[in-house]
Amino acid sequence: MKNFLDESEKLDEARALVASMPLDEIDVSDWNIFQDNTVFAYFERLRQEDPVHYHENTKVGKPYWSITKFSDIKFVDTHNELFSSEPSIVLSATDAFEIPSFLNTDAPKHDDQRKVVAPIVSPTNLANLEPIIRQRAGDILDGLPIGVEFDWVERVSIELTSMMLASLMNFPQENRHKIVRWGDAFSLGIDGGQVLSDEQRKAETQECFEYFLNLRNQRAQEAPSHDLVSMLAHGEATKDLQGVAFLANVMLLIIGGNDTTRNSISGSVLALNTYQDQFEKLKNDHSLVKGLVPEIVRWQTPLAHMMRVATQDVQLGGKNISKGDAVVMWYLSGNRDEEIFDNAHKLDIERSNARQHVAFGYGIHRCLGNRLAEMQLRILWEEILKRFSDIEVVGPAVRSKSSFIRGIQSLPVIVHK
Amino acid sequence: MPKLIFVSHDGNEHAVDAKSGTTLMNAALDNGVPGIDGDCGGECSCGTCHVMVDRKWLDKVGSTSGFEESMLSMNAEREESSRLSCQIIVSDKHDGLRIVIPAHQM
Repeated sequence: MKNFLDESEKLDEARALVASMPLDEIDVSDWNIFQDNTVFAYFERLRQEDPVHYHENTKVGKPYWSITKFSDIKFVDTHNELFSSEPSIVLSATDAFEIPSFLNTDAPKHDDQRKVVAPIVSPTNLANLEPIIRQRAGDILDGLPIGVEFDWVERVSIELTSMMLASLMNFPQENRHKIVRWGDAFSLGIDGGQVLSDEQRKAETQECFEYFLNLRNQRAQEAPSHDLVSMLAHGEATKDLQGVAFLANVMLLIIGGNDTTRNSISGSVLALNTYQDQFEKLKNDHSLVKGLVPEIVRWQTPLAHMMRVATQDVQLGGKNISKGDAVVMWYLSGNRDEEIFDNAHKLDIERSNARQHVAFGYGIHRCLGNRLAEMQLRILWEEILKRFSDIEVVGPAVRSKSSFIRGIQSLPVIVHK
Repeated sequence: MPKLIFVSHDGNEHAVDAKSGTTLMNAALDNGVPGIDGDCGGECSCGTCHVMVDRKWLDKVGSTSGFEESMLSMNAEREESSRLSCQIIVSDKHDGLRIVIPAHQM
């Protein structure tokens, strides 16, 4: 393995450091340990010693509970009567993101609003999208330079996912970079780790809001069509959403469709380079793409956590969670829980239970676009394997400074015919 | 052992001798019937074991529970006869039950 891909030494150092810390000094809201990817050392200790852990002094400036074991995460995710998604599903140093989209809303409002946009990922619509995605993936890959270093994130991950999102919204393709910019401005600052200045964020948000308001007003005048903006414009539960409530749902769809799949695509190249035996296996048997897809989503876990707020006093794992407490489900930790996934840090494209991962969440908030995300990953890899003998990572990945978005900002590669 | 007949979206039939006490979902998965994912392992929390059960069987199969209802209501392709197969426990009274599996799980 290339030096910059081998993180075992760094992780061992982190394990030693974590082992020397008093338990109550551990704080997994610290975005720096996500950026340097040592957070796994912290999760390991929490899973072993205190899987439902209360953090008092924290980087985000407020106390929270960490839920780190797979089974407890599923419990919290599926008991919405005990754990509410309001006012926010992100553990954040700021409340600037407490805006009411259907993701951070409970039933029945959540159900009504979600149902408005659900048809976008119906099996019928996905079947219609498949040839479009394949065509675009092929075009993107055919345009890549051979034998020359470039940034995979910029040239492939962002290109494919932003084209897709623009299509789903019937947003002008030539302006799709705007969606990426607005989404990044919003999501990268979401937990307080990587912030734009307030002015910059406000300016981006305002531009986004005005653009989509305009788009919605146009679509409202037209007959209903099968795109997300038209669905919001005509949907009974969404057509009258004003101001920030409208913006929130637009942002949710942008973030849901933009940087999640982007980071899984980037993660797939990084993972297959880190675990070359798996890459070789895949190259020898292209049908293994089927197993690669859920395993990548597990391994990358593009959203590291979701937060809930206890609606009443709850006992969990022998601990007393009080009404009003913030409860953080660390999907990233659950997906590396050795009780569920053998050799959990390793990428294993033939892992028999990879599909059980918690990266999409469980229950009524389960990722709406999960099948679309899987389809994009599958098609991209089918097209890659037809064309190239190798995608070689030639330098370290730059990771996002965030405990929410598990992002890869850049990934230098050389593609070989 | 009740005999169950799973019907794929393409009309292919899979007859299964199911053990009483197992779930409809596991009866399908354990016998290699294609078309059911069951990502959450049978806990009514992912919606990927969606099937259609003939209305005629409703009194023997029972109706949806509250959480199952919530999960099904998120499915754009839900039909009147839709159920999550992890929520139906197979017993002798289900002998001959026909279960239709949709083309896709969401």
